[in-house]
Amino acid sequence: MTRVFISRDSTALSLGAEQVAKALDQQASSKGLSAEIVRNGSRGLFWLEPLIEVETSQGRVAYGPVQVEDVASLLDAGLLDGKQHPLFLGNIEEIAYFKNQNRLTFARVGLTDPVNIDDYLAHDGYRGLKNALALQQTEIVKQVTDSGLRGRGGAAFPTGIKWNTVLNAPADQKYIVCNADEGDSGTFSDRMIMEGDPFVLIEGMTIAGLAVGATQGYIYLRVEYPHAKIALNQAIEAAYKNGYLGENIQNSGKTFHLEVRSGAGAYICGEETSLLESLEGKRGLVRFKPPLPAIVGLFGKPTIVNNVISLASIPVILDKGGEYYKNYGMGRSRGTLPLQLAGNIKHPGLFEVAFGMTLRELLYDYGGGSASGRPIRAVQVGGPLGAYLHEGQFDTPLDYEAFAAISAVLGHGGIVVHDDTVNMADMARYAMEFCVEESCGKCTPCRIGSTRGVEVIDRIVEGVQQDKNTVLLRDLCDTMTYGSLCAMGGMTPFPVLSALNHFPEDFGLLSAKA
Amino acid sequence: MQDYQTQKPTVLEILNTHQAMPGNLLPILHGIQDTLGYIPPAAVVDIAKALNLSQAEVHGVISFYHYFRETPPGEHTIRICRAESCQAMNGKALETHVKQQLGIDFHETTADGIFSLEPVYCLGNCACSPSITIDDEVMGRVTTEKFDRLLATYKGAK
Repeated sequence: MTRVFISRDSTALSLGAEQVAKALDQQASSKGLSAEIVRNGSRGLFWLEPLIEVETSQGRVAYGPVQVEDVASLLDAGLLDGKQHPLFLGNIEEIAYFKNQNRLTFARVGLTDPVNIDDYLAHDGYRGLKNALALQQTEIVKQVTDSGLRGRGGAAFPTGIKWNTVLNAPADQKYIVCNADEGDSGTFSDRMIMEGDPFVLIEGMTIAGLAVGATQGYIYLRVEYPHAKIALNQAIEAAYKNGYLGENIQNSGKTFHLEVRSGAGAYICGEETSLLESLEGKRGLVRFKPPLPAIVGLFGKPTIVNNVISLASIPVILDKGGEYYKNYGMGRSRGTLPLQLAGNIKHPGLFEVAFGMTLRELLYDYGGGSASGRPIRAVQVGGPLGAYLHEGQFDTPLDYEAFAAISAVLGHGGIVVHDDTVNMADMARYAMEFCVEESCGKCTPCRIGSTRGVEVIDRIVEGVQQDKNTVLLRDLCDTMTYGSLCAMGGMTPFPVLSALNHFPEDFGLLSAKA
Repeated sequence: MQDYQTQKPTVLEILNTHQAMPGNLLPILHGIQDTLGYIPPAAVVDIAKALNLSQAEVHGVISFYHYFRETPPGEHTIRICRAESCQAMNGKALETHVKQQLGIDFHETTADGIFSLEPVYCLGNCACSPSITIDDEVMGRVTTEKFDRLLATYKGAK
């Protein structure tokens, strides 16, 4: 039977993949054709979704973007034999956008059936765990440290150091918590992993559990991701059934349990201590640090809190070794970063690549420029707390330190593109407004500063005492940066000040340089 | 609004099944909202009692999270993304259009009880902005025309 792949990824579904799959199933069977439809993850080339891939004797060939009304002509043209059609794309892996990536973490996403454990095993799945089971705890942590992996949630803290702290914290119970509260606008890599290859996350968390002696894991998943929840729970069930979760994993005598917990629409719960409060059943108020969660974390116990991509990168590191992973990247940014091209961009999608590519290459060579065809004016990298970059900064290499040097952040790798119709004073105001909406309220600079920030920006734009109010806005940003408890209030000044500094004309100012 | 006495057995059942779970308040609140559509204010007493918390603590948790609601929603809940990526693709114009078409603002329900409107900050569908959800269905590249067609379908289904 010919295998046909149509994605179950949320974005593919948002463009009609479900309807396409149903139409294909009905029309193929009414023509007496035999096709097995596999619901895979997405390849991440979203301008081509809904995408159909067909397994032929010459390999997989793709067609896209497919709408329901195209299905009849596709079948007539010989879709199931990989024949020509106006939507024919050939082998998707040969398209430059895909071919020039370094897919380490996303190796299987779009290729396999995400919830079929046999398919996972057939594509190098659980090789990392197998190696980890043969290693001492310190040796597992050493591989992670050697890989140079830094927290992919955005803070870029060395993962190996965090693991080592938890390993060395004596306790009767430890926890592994996966931060799957991916709330940054312009980011969807966590979602794509959870929907497209949930086993890789489960494997990564299991290895983390072995490494530090934690027997219970939680995935704190944002409630806005219902499809990810379904895929994760299906995969967790399969892992339990096949002896990859639970007691005595693969007859090793080791135990690891895993459960998905839903968030409830609070952006702040992506901050690790707020997330822990939420998991404990409380309001998501940020905790003071120290103590670090690695020492006093969930329910007061030593806890690893890692982002989805960090944990999903562990299996390849344990499979091929820390050195292999470290060989990708530049400077102190080792390995790959799954970038996400979003907003006003012609070719939006997931682009996993070694650190070091410039923003310009990504935006124009792969992204194809803006979707509207107008000039790109500003790009926000790293989510709502990331700085806006202007055209003169597009040659910055995608590297944690290079971005820090221009007062910007790479964060979780989300890139939101705006064309020249954007009003940057509006975007600065929105950044403050978002902070008002999402602040947990525990510290004053964030809770009150954001409200005052909206007011001051309004006054500047209205032309009220512009010089004085610009000084006041900068002073306020300074207080928020240095006085806030966490990154929510501490980084809101990034988008605000970058908008003010690079685009003063949008605020009605000739020059904002203070 | 429904009489709480008819809802109480459901609430007690959910409390009962989550009794042994560590950190169970959010799962309980999700369970109640998934089943009843909202968290009846009267349920706070039962939740507090079962978890040995004060009513203020339970209410504090419900009101902290945007997703939880204490009033019954319309038959369908429409969520519009307000975040940057959607703004870059005319999300604000869509937002204005949707409010006009439905004749309601955020956090309101249409007079016929069919649609509730809520803002949301990112649906992770940023590659195909602007995005909305209707109940659990995500829709991408939503133009005003596409929204009108969707609205007609949901009204027709009624």
